[in-house]
Order: sequence, then structure tokens, then C-alpha cells
Amino acid sequence: MLTLEHVGKTYANGTVALHDFNLTVQPGTITSLVGPSGCGKSTVLRIISGLGHLSTGRLIWQDNQPLHRLAYVFQEAALMPWATVIDNVRLPLKLSGVPKRQALERVSEAIAQVGLEGFERVYPRELSGGMRMRVSIARALVTHPTILLMDEPFGALDEMTRGKLNQDLLTLQHQQQLTILFVTHSIYEAVYLAHRVVVMASQPGRVVADIAIDSPHPRDPDYRTSAQFNRYCREVSHCLSAAMGESLALAL
Amino acid sequence: MISPALKPPKTQPQWVQSLFSPDVLAPVIVGLLILIAWELGVRLTHTPPYLLPGPMLILQTLVKDWPQLFSSWLITLKIAFTALGCATVSGLLVAILFSQSKWIERSFFPYAVLLQTTPIVAVAPLIIIWLKNNTFAALVVCAWIVAFFPIVSNTVLGLNSTDPSLVNLFKLNRANRWQTLRYLRLPAGLPYFLAGLRISGGLALIGAVVAEFVAGTGGTQSGLAYQILMAGYNLQIPRMFAALVLITISGIGIFAALSALSHALLKNWHASAVRHEN
Ligand SMILES: Nc1ncnc2c1ncn2[C@@H]1O[C@H](COP(=O)(O)OP(=O)(O)O)[C@@H](O)[C@H]1O
Ligand SMILES: [Mg+2]
Repeated sequence: MLTLEHVGKTYANGTVALHDFNLTVQPGTITSLVGPSGCGKSTVLRIISGLGHLSTGRLIWQDNQPLHRLAYVFQEAALMPWATVIDNVRLPLKLSGVPKRQALERVSEAIAQVGLEGFERVYPRELSGGMRMRVSIARALVTHPTILLMDEPFGALDEMTRGKLNQDLLTLQHQQQLTILFVTHSIYEAVYLAHRVVVMASQPGRVVADIAIDSPHPRDPDYRTSAQFNRYCREVSHCLSAAMGESLALAL
Repeated sequence: MISPALKPPKTQPQWVQSLFSPDVLAPVIVGLLILIAWELGVRLTHTPPYLLPGPMLILQTLVKDWPQLFSSWLITLKIAFTALGCATVSGLLVAILFSQSKWIERSFFPYAVLLQTTPIVAVAPLIIIWLKNNTFAALVVCAWIVAFFPIVSNTVLGLNSTDPSLVNLFKLNRANRWQTLRYLRLPAGLPYFLAGLRISGGLALIGAVVAEFVAGTGGTQSGLAYQILMAGYNLQIPRMFAALVLITISGIGIFAALSALSHALLKNWHASAVRHEN
């Protein structure tokens, strides 16, 4: 789907956010990006989305489509408080000039996909955090994106809601063969969701491990208690602490 | 799949009901008590009406002199509303212009501040001289100067107080300037604009009255300030108070109307207008 080759990113203030960063995202899979906070995870997503520019290296899209419809889900739901659910979800279509009738069809489809039927006319303030995030995901899906970038989308939610949204995301990904790059700082979430977990270290941001999670996909809640899941979590955790120990050693 | 946390929409109380709400009743009762105390005080101390007329006498004067007072009232209101209208339109346009470029804002905002810090009493004579063929326009300009700044500064703040993630979302969807303004900046700025408008409403009225005072008794258009000046010369103190009452009523009315407008526009989403149930 896309490849980042030897990407480096230095911010204007001199912060080296990424150095020799390499990543390939396979189509139709979920790739998790884990790492300590400040290691450059968001920077990677911003570069891929075009919101930020890379300083060195290359970003290569492998399919021949000239336009990559990408959608971005932020940590906060980032909804327009003055607009109803239906208007929030419709926003990307409105901005790209999709005719109203066609747009509304796709909007109700997306709203159904995230399980928010019946809440079309509701304002965001009347929704719980989990439901707001669902609206945010619907707004991303409505453009039929070729790649979905998610930046710690469930980080602010409670454990129960998070688990439920993880499950629904897996179902959606499987049904539509979505390509997802999922940033999280939760090791469990990363392993549970992903086909592949990419572990990052900070200062400068780089990949320290790339672990294929070879368990059947999509997964069900039982997987969380399996030995395999625990083994993968331990492996990722080990890589993370090794990387953090290393950067700690560098700092000392 | 979804937590069943939603209640059906609350039924809005009828305006009749809200008329008898504590928010209305309490200040009305306080007002009545003060009026009664005033009336009693004036009567018991035999204060002469040319020092302090009682509320009853003011009311009688208001009724007796209604034709002159009413036409003056209309003139003052016309000045205030024209100025408020001009301030709203020009304030919005200027704020939108400022929000389009940091450079424009940097370069011109200090001059908007200048308008605000200029004492209106000091410049009103100049404006009245410059526009001496058209006193009405001169008075409107004076009131506009006072009412303009709160709208500009509030709206600029509002147009710039957009959620950064939403700004990014608009960028990702390749929204153009107009779309970003129309669908993001303007709605985000609406509460701020309305707050500015509420302040400017009262200021436009004050500006109109002050400018009338400066214009004095010479002008052909004679608003409430003219009535107050004339009544003062003639020691018709009850009539002075009657004119004052009309100004006060206008001020309260403008504020109430703009508050109602604000509430109607924001009631669905903004924290300032949403009812909180705990
Ligand atoms: N706009 C910016 N200007 C300067 N430094 C930045 C900017 N954005 C992020 N950084 C820095 O770059 C590093 C990586 O940030 P980020 O990608 O947000 O990390 P993460 O998402 O993994 O927490 C951090 O050290 C952060 O302070
Ligand atoms: Mg981040």
C-alpha cells in the first residue's frame, strides 16, 4: 500500500522527531504503531496524511491510484458541536461537493456501520465519549478511504468502551478489508487489533521491532486470555522496554 | 451495541411559564419594592418634585407628555439601531477580513483599538461639524464608533478559536478558504460574535444619547437627550426622569432581545445556552 523509506523529520525548532524511519503498510491489514509518548507516532501519521512534510527520505504509494482517499481519526472525536451527527458525518462529502442525495445515502450507510442508527439528529454534547468516537469513525468511513489513519483514537475512553470499540473496529476492518494504521500506546490494544505491530523508540523516533501477529484475524474477546496473546504482548513489551532502556542509557 | 443513555428531548417551557419563573419574578418584586419605598420616602419627607419626583409623578408626566417624548424616543432608537446595524455589518466584515490573514490583523487591529479608546464626547463635536448638513448621520457615526469595537474584537477571537483537529480535518479534505469560513470559522465564532453584539447593543444606545447631548439643542432631530436638556433648562425634573425611564427601558429591551436571539441561535449546542441537568 505505502512505504516510508529512510524518513527523517526535523521540526523547525530543531527537534529530531524521526530518523531513518522505515515502514511498509500492507493493504487490507491493520498495522499498529506503539511507542512511548513523544517518539514520533503522530509525526508519522501527519507525514503520511500530507499534513506534515518529511525532511529527508521518501513516501511511496504502491498502488497506481492517483488519489489516495485517506481518512484521519484523531484522539479527540473532533466533532463540530453545532452540527448534528448526520451533518458531522456528512462534512467530508460536503467539502468535496458530493450531491446531497448521494451524500445522505452514504452518510446513513456509515452511521449504520458504526451502529449509531437512531442518533442521526442528535448533537454531539448529548452523546457519550464512545458514541462520539463512533461518529468520528463514521465520518472517516463515509469517504470510503483507501487507508485509515487512527491516532490513539480510544486513548481517552474507559476500558469497557475501548474493548467494545476494538471489537467493532475489527469487524468493520474485516467486512470492508480496510487498510488501517493504528497508533496506540497500549500494548494490549496493539496486539489485539493488528496483523503487525511496529514498535518505536524515541529520540530520535525509529523502528526497533516489527512483529507479525500470526493469530487468526479477526479476533474475539477469548483471544485476550489466550497464551498466544500473552506471548505476543510480552514480546512487544520486551522490545519496548529494551528500546526505552537503550534511549535512557543514551541520555545518561 | 450502544449504551442506552439518551433521554427524549426535553419539552421547552412556554414563554408564559417562563414569565413566572424565579428569574423574572425575583427582580420584578425587588423593583416594585424599591419603587414603593421611593414613593413613600418622597411623600413622607415632602421632597419637592424639582429635587426628586416620586415614581407616580414620573408616570403621570410620562403619560401627559407622551406625544413629544414618544417622538423623541423613536428618534433616539432609530439612531441607536441604525448604528448597531452598521456596527454589526462592518464589524463582521472587518473581523472576517482580519481572520483571513495574520498580516492584515496585525496591521489594522491597533486602529480598531484606537476607535475604542477615543472618548466619544471628545470627537462627537468634530463629527457633528463635518456632517453638519446631516445631523442624523453624524449621530449615527458617533454611536457606531462606540458600538463597533466589541463586535470586531469578539468576532476576531471567535473566528480564530477553532478546534485544531477540525482545522486539520478541513485541510485533509482540501476545503477552500470559503468552505473553511462558512462551515468552520463562522459557526465556531458565533457565540463570541453574539456576546459582542450584546455589549454593543447597550453601547449603541449610550453612544446615541451621548452624541445627542453633544449636539445639544441646536439640531433639528431632537431625541431623548434633547428632551432631558430642555427639561433641565426649564426645571421640569419629572419630565427629565420620564425621558430617563424611556432610555432605561430601551437599554433593558435591547439587552433582553439580543440575549433571546443569542439563546435561540445557540440553544442546541453551546454551553452558555444549554440547560444543565444534574
Ligand atoms: N509542531 C512541532 N514542533 C516542534 N516539535 C514538535 C512538533 N510536533 C511534535 N514535536 C516533537 O516531536 C516529537 C514527536 O512528537 P509526536 O509525533 O507528537 O509524538 P507521539 O505522537 O509519539 O507522542 C516530540 O518530541 C514532540 O515534542
Ligand atoms: Mg501523538
